[in-house]
Amino acid sequence: MGYLHRHRQLTPYLLLAPGVLWLAVFFLVPLGFLAYQSLQSGNFDIGYAFSWAWGNYWNAFRDYRGHFIRSLEYAGIATLLALLLSYPVAYWIAFRGGRWKNLLLLLIVAPFFVTYLIRTLAWETILSDHGVVVQTLQHLHVLGPGGRLLATSTAVVTGITYNFLPFMALPLYVSLEQIDHRLIEAAQDLYASRWKAFLRVTLPLSLPGLVAGTLLTFIPAAGDFINAQLLGAPNNHMIGNVIQSKFLELTDYPSAAAMSFILMAAILVAVIAYARAVGTEQLTGTAV
Amino acid sequence: MSDVLTRRQLLQRAAAGGTVLTLPGLLAACGGSTKKSGSGTTSSHTLAKTLRFSNWTLYIDTNNKTHSHPSLQQFQKKYGVNVQYTEDINDNAGYFGKIQGPLSRGQSIDRDIVVLTDNDRYLSLMIKKGWVEKLDKSAIPNMKNLISVQQHPGFDPNREYSLPWQSGMTGIAYNDKLTDPVLSVDDLLTNPKLKGKVTCLNSMGDALTMVMLANGDDPAKVTDASFNSAIKRIEQAVNSKQIRQFTGNDYAPPLAKGDLAAAMSWSGDIAQIGNAHIHWNVPKDGGAIWTDNMIIPKGGDAYTASVFMNYVYDPKVAAMIEGGNPKTGDTGVYYICPVSGAKQELVSTNPAIAKNTLIFPTQKMIDSVHIFDNNALNNQKYLTAWQNLISG
Repeated sequence: MGYLHRHRQLTPYLLLAPGVLWLAVFFLVPLGFLAYQSLQSGNFDIGYAFSWAWGNYWNAFRDYRGHFIRSLEYAGIATLLALLLSYPVAYWIAFRGGRWKNLLLLLIVAPFFVTYLIRTLAWETILSDHGVVVQTLQHLHVLGPGGRLLATSTAVVTGITYNFLPFMALPLYVSLEQIDHRLIEAAQDLYASRWKAFLRVTLPLSLPGLVAGTLLTFIPAAGDFINAQLLGAPNNHMIGNVIQSKFLELTDYPSAAAMSFILMAAILVAVIAYARAVGTEQLTGTAV
Repeated sequence: MSDVLTRRQLLQRAAAGGTVLTLPGLLAACGGSTKKSGSGTTSSHTLAKTLRFSNWTLYIDTNNKTHSHPSLQQFQKKYGVNVQYTEDINDNAGYFGKIQGPLSRGQSIDRDIVVLTDNDRYLSLMIKKGWVEKLDKSAIPNMKNLISVQQHPGFDPNREYSLPWQSGMTGIAYNDKLTDPVLSVDDLLTNPKLKGKVTCLNSMGDALTMVMLANGDDPAKVTDASFNSAIKRIEQAVNSKQIRQFTGNDYAPPLAKGDLAAAMSWSGDIAQIGNAHIHWNVPKDGGAIWTDNMIIPKGGDAYTASVFMNYVYDPKVAAMIEGGNPKTGDTGVYYICPVSGAKQELVSTNPAIAKNTLIFPTQKMIDSVHIFDNNALNNQKYLTAWQNLISG
């Protein structure tokens, strides 16, 4: 007690220490090891040795460019869909939820009490060839008579959207909930229409949540492989599927590690471009 | 609760979660105990207190009510060895990925018996890398009951390290509500009525054995030419959208539901489903046979494991594991039993199982199933081409 009292300036570092230590042990160290592994050459039988094998990166990019692009594409579409679905819901809960707020938020989180795999398998049943969804769509002639949803890109994107929806909805809710209603009233007093008040006041003030939500959805979605594995056909496989098969099936650790880094780099570039477009202050959060 | 969940907390949690998602291999590699292997347990002839046995799911006799395993309970009673039975193997590659880290560093994986399949590369890799203990054959007199076709496999010619647990055949299953009988690979891969309604197995050995036989090639002796033409044939079926997906045994529910009309599939799965509309056959040009083998990973207790293997090679026990017991509500494994004499035991106790040709195949079926080339399973070029095919 006495020591801490005398060295007050230490307190922030002590508070930071557990988190930093956690990240160092479970994030930085493995990441360093992964980087080291990505530059190895050899094969599993004779063993891998470090040799500055930059070719792993080039080969991975050359052979699996299509998978990288597809992953970013699926993740991008899923993020957009999740945003379009979540915004009205989060808006409604924040402004009209009243005493039901907590219950409604719980309902958004509820599917997360079930494991990821089971949630995805549930979509296999929902989108089944003989299920209600497909039959209804066939009735409406959206799908042809032999049409199906499973094992298509639609099913994969739908699955990803569903699985990451709460990551979008919750940050949006937090931002929207903190908006001072008087600002909107003021805008309307000053002759802004409801729509204009939304565009000029509500939307900008909810941007921190929107940015956080899109990042939280897009980043894990780009690396996902479960949805493509269970709901997609082979030509819907994403880069996560390739990394998984390189790691586990082919025990080709250097290629898999190199691909993981390329994916990280691609996501980083996308995120930086995004941050530039919306303004960096939204990333660090200027929410009230 | 959600009210106090701030965005920053969410970000932090997501960051922690992201680490886990992107580095599964490394996390797996970090696991395992530090107990050193090679402690010379092989020579000791005392039974350990506990036998640690890792197996595939639904792969031992199970009582439907209590979910206990009668054969293991009987072993416990007879030898005073507690069996710690874990169903943690779902696929060879995934399990190997989990255990290879500690094994490569000479650490024990805390298992005395694990079960791996001979039509995937990992079983022979374990033996080649020296990551297995030798069987204590002096403790396994019942090894004489091993059926003759299993006695000299390529990966372990004298059965020094491995003993079969169960075998299974790979063939074609179809749902008669949706299609006429599908009796050949050709039909499966090209019949326009089946377009988008069939799956191919994601295991290279299984799939290629069947396609090579249909091509008139020998799956036991793979050449670049026979490999390429088999790959090309499957590729065409993928491009024409005939093949909907590549699967492990997850083809079973959609086949029963009717999303699939036909599937390359394993005999035991179909015996387990027990659906009157789903039929299984060895295709007209032949099918595949594979065997799951018990091995003792380095650091395991070879003597206790060998005593257990001897126990399950007693035909009475083998019959119990294979067929269960309808009177006491025990379900069996329903794959193919490698222990001779088990069928004779079942004829009196459970004749329906003894007569089921998916479990005790006829000689004609045995003659028409083939083992895939072990060298091809370890050919990195082939493996890469196969993975590229099944992941688009």
